[in-house]
Amino acid sequence: MNVVETDCPDPVRKALLDDLDEGFAELYGAYRGLVFSTALRLSGRWADAEDYTAEAFLRAYRALAGYSPERIAGLQPRAWLMTILMNVWRNCARAKSRRPPTDLVEEPVEEADPGEGVEAAAVRREIGDELAALLGQLPDEQRAAVVLRHVVDLPVSEIATVLKIPQGTVKSHVSRGLRRLRALGGAR
Amino acid sequence: MTQDPLLTGLAALAAEPPESLLDRIAARWVRVPAPIGELTVAYTDHGIAYVHAGDGFTQAFRERFGRPLLPAARPPAGLLPALRTGRLSGLRLDLRGLSDFQRAVLEATRAIPRGEVRPYSWIAARIGSPRAVRAVGTALGRNPVPLLIPCHRVTRSDGAVGDYVFGTTAKERLLLAEGVDLDRLRGLAGERVFYLASDTTGVVCFPTCHNARRITPAHRHGFRSVAQARAAGYRPCRTCRPAEDVPA
Repeated sequence: MNVVETDCPDPVRKALLDDLDEGFAELYGAYRGLVFSTALRLSGRWADAEDYTAEAFLRAYRALAGYSPERIAGLQPRAWLMTILMNVWRNCARAKSRRPPTDLVEEPVEEADPGEGVEAAAVRREIGDELAALLGQLPDEQRAAVVLRHVVDLPVSEIATVLKIPQGTVKSHVSRGLRRLRALGGAR
Repeated sequence: MTQDPLLTGLAALAAEPPESLLDRIAARWVRVPAPIGELTVAYTDHGIAYVHAGDGFTQAFRERFGRPLLPAARPPAGLLPALRTGRLSGLRLDLRGLSDFQRAVLEATRAIPRGEVRPYSWIAARIGSPRAVRAVGTALGRNPVPLLIPCHRVTRSDGAVGDYVFGTTAKERLLLAEGVDLDRLRGLAGERVFYLASDTTGVVCFPTCHNARRITPAHRHGFRSVAQARAAGYRPCRTCRPAEDVPA
């Protein structure tokens, strides 16, 4: 156990090793914004982002409950959590595509967050709404790469781990995605 | 590169989740006093999920619900009176994760008034599975919210109180505290009397039904089955509905 602890400077991992529930609170506090932002910009809908985030953290907790201390000590929590989120997103998107589409015209791209201040919302919306809508027009793999790289600022090496593709492929998805966003934005 | 408006715009798309999201994921726990000692209670944004007595709460909750547990600052509104009186008065229960059968058993159990008991076979009949008496016992033994759903009011028809999530002793204590005369029930069962009828009203009841408790000795008649009482000209009570009982 001592060996494990000295191997483990990351506060989230340390908390998880001490107590699963308190560790979970640390994990949530450290990564909720990252997971939620990614979910929001991948799905384009506030309600879906809440669903995906809740599901990803629940799955993470259930997985951790079965992990040995050695496995937790060796965990890269951020990449591991984002991998879970990507699985949730793919599964949910697949399930949705089987269902008939709901009224897409009426559906807002993003619902208002009741917790967000009016001013902050207005500023974010000005640039946010349009760009968020453009993101929705990218193919899934380009959107995922662009969101992970430029919205939540993950390093390319970690994105490669999360998406299970080579780093070179990550870079080409990102640059193609950005080129497409510029073209789409310029066309407006 | 950092001045690129597209990249600046993308970076500004990050957002924080609402505060309430954590309560969709994690349950809260709190320790509370109750008629049978201290209890640990877990609840979610859907309502009370788990009532536990004794040690091993965290482990038991984790195995059963697989949900993170965070401490609560205070008990949710309405919990303490509900534990004391057995009346929920609007307190919500989180029964997600139970099967339809378990939920039906618990719903039927909720209808048993304080101070009264019903046999396991009555619950089975009420939910339309008269042969599933054993499964009813198992479902009650897994009741996640004892006291709030009064599974202690379901007893064996032979006069013994039967098993209980918190142990037989606790079950007897709760029933006695609610005014159930267990000695009398045992005595009646010893004489093979499971129903009481009144020759003034012509109605046959379970012995603990409030209508049966009002019958004076001179007008009281005991029966072994509802069929026998019917044959003697009695109709089943509309309050305790003993007709739905079947011989075990």
